[in-house]
Amino acid sequence: MTATWRSRLRDLALFLAMSAIGIVFIAPLLFMFISSFKSDAAIFANLDRWSAYLPSADWSLNNYTAVFEKSDLPSFLLNSTLIAALVVVGGVLVNSMLAFSIARMRWRGRNLVLALVVAMVIVPFEVIAIPLLSLVARLPWPAIEHGQLVLHTGWFNSLHVQVIPFLANAFCVFLFYQFFRDIPPELDEAAKMDGAGPWTVYARIIMPNSGPVIATAAIVLFISAWNQYLWPIMVIQGEAFRPVQPGIQQFFGRTNSWGQIMAYASVITLPVLAVFLAFQRQFVASVAGAGVKG
Amino acid sequence: MKMKLGQDHPLAVALFATPAVLLFIVFVALPLLLAAGATFTDHRLMSPEPTRYVGLANFQRLLALDVAVVEPLRDADGRVRTDDDGVRYPTWRQVRQSHPELATYREAFRLDLPAALGNTRVLLAASDPLFYRSLINTFLFALLVLPLQCGVALGLAILVNQKLRGRVFFRTVYFAPVVTSMVVASIVWAFMLNTDRGMLNELLRGLLGNPDAGPDWLGDSRYALPAIAIMSAWQGAGFQMLVFLAGLQSISPELYEAAKLMGANSWQRFVHVTLPGLRNTIVFVLVSTTLLAFGLFTQVDVMTSGGPLDSTTTVVYHAVRSGFKEQDVGYGSTITLVFFVIVLALSWLQRALAGKGDK
Repeated sequence: MTATWRSRLRDLALFLAMSAIGIVFIAPLLFMFISSFKSDAAIFANLDRWSAYLPSADWSLNNYTAVFEKSDLPSFLLNSTLIAALVVVGGVLVNSMLAFSIARMRWRGRNLVLALVVAMVIVPFEVIAIPLLSLVARLPWPAIEHGQLVLHTGWFNSLHVQVIPFLANAFCVFLFYQFFRDIPPELDEAAKMDGAGPWTVYARIIMPNSGPVIATAAIVLFISAWNQYLWPIMVIQGEAFRPVQPGIQQFFGRTNSWGQIMAYASVITLPVLAVFLAFQRQFVASVAGAGVKG
Repeated sequence: MKMKLGQDHPLAVALFATPAVLLFIVFVALPLLLAAGATFTDHRLMSPEPTRYVGLANFQRLLALDVAVVEPLRDADGRVRTDDDGVRYPTWRQVRQSHPELATYREAFRLDLPAALGNTRVLLAASDPLFYRSLINTFLFALLVLPLQCGVALGLAILVNQKLRGRVFFRTVYFAPVVTSMVVASIVWAFMLNTDRGMLNELLRGLLGNPDAGPDWLGDSRYALPAIAIMSAWQGAGFQMLVFLAGLQSISPELYEAAKLMGANSWQRFVHVTLPGLRNTIVFVLVSTTLLAFGLFTQVDVMTSGGPLDSTTTVVYHAVRSGFKEQDVGYGSTITLVFFVIVLALSWLQRALAGKGDK
């Protein structure tokens, strides 16, 4: 009897501790979301009470309509969506292909390439940002003007400057490599006997069996593309190609309505939260796996 | 059949490997090489002037340090002059006039020795004092955030590893800040850290019963960096929690059973089973958190712009200010490269120290 009571008491204590910490972790996000439905007067009325985290009786969508009508949020959302979609699709393709060539093909030098990929995982983007800036200022980009092909110099103020440099991702190559390596070789041996080429093996056998790692790579690429900040503030000057993170920073500097700032913040946070919740299981499994083995 | 023994066709390999390899060469390797080259030039982002080779001038400007020993001002009878602020010293202008070699330097740090040592002031002068300031701030930030974030993450992992109902829910809650962008997190925390109305100070006032309690978090040079560290740990701990959780689950339950049979209490089991079992995980978490901490930029850019009094200027913030806002790519690249060398050295050191514990 006493043993079960002790273990129940222990469980209760643990549950209370987890709840208390949970409040600390969720309170800022809860405040952001709840405040986005309140007028500024209502937000400031009760900051020292629990009601700051509860919806008020006179909640409204005013902040959201104001943000969508007054600011460029809709066009920034479109930019970020396009950038993230292109990075995810292109990134999953090129990184899985390189990983496939290292894990499932035989060629001299693949171990060297793998070692270089692993080394690149620890190169922080902050190190590359400044020289990359002066590099993309000089890169050519084709365009068609008056029916003729012309080359423009410089990638500033465009969508592609926010996509192409982020397609190849060393961490994603490594994730794919680990997963492909552990797929049993019998699977593609049989296909090879039937005369299937490497592309068939990749597209028909390896990729269809790699759902979890594709989901993980897609989430990693999506979150980092959607949350880009340092790079776009350097390469995007006008409003036309600006994504959401520099967008809210600029809005934050211009507005003094906290309700609208919180509405803006909620709008740009919800897509990432939704993607994470949808793929949570795969994501948790493989991020953790990379850490234990890596 | 022959494919199985030999190597794959080079064209097939090239088809698969080339796209990503090419992108890595252009967008990772080439920038690193360009950075190394730009450190020896005065290259600017947009400039009609041709780029010139300047030798080691950028490194000299960044790293040059000199020490000046300054005697206090004395009265005619040789007594040290003092006023309300204590001992009086010559101004930096006067020091520079008497030390012509310091002409292009600015004061970085000062140390006033006590009377027993003759009240001498030791001045550290640098040609870019802000770089040294930012270097110290970056190390301070790492020292604050590393134990905080990793400690919290380990604690959370141990909690959600218990066989309790609701642990998946709590795991999601602790992870939620990670998917919030750093910009959004910084803006929400800027609100919560507000001196007069922010809930953090409201909470402190309520707890202490003192209506004046609560510092000016982001406006006081003593509190701004710790405030950013707390906020960053809140945002990032969920990620390391997941990594620790996987590490915990990879430890064999039999080890715990054996320790229990030998009469080990829960603390002894933590020290002798859990910590050794987590060694690789701890190294991974430490290295990756150090990399993140040294890259500190967004929080500073959104919350403090490097202030107050440069107390939150970090190396990356300084590099972006030089390389992008002032368009001095040569100098910005020099800062970046020195930063990279420091980060590499630190992650090597952490791995080496962890490796030593093996034997």
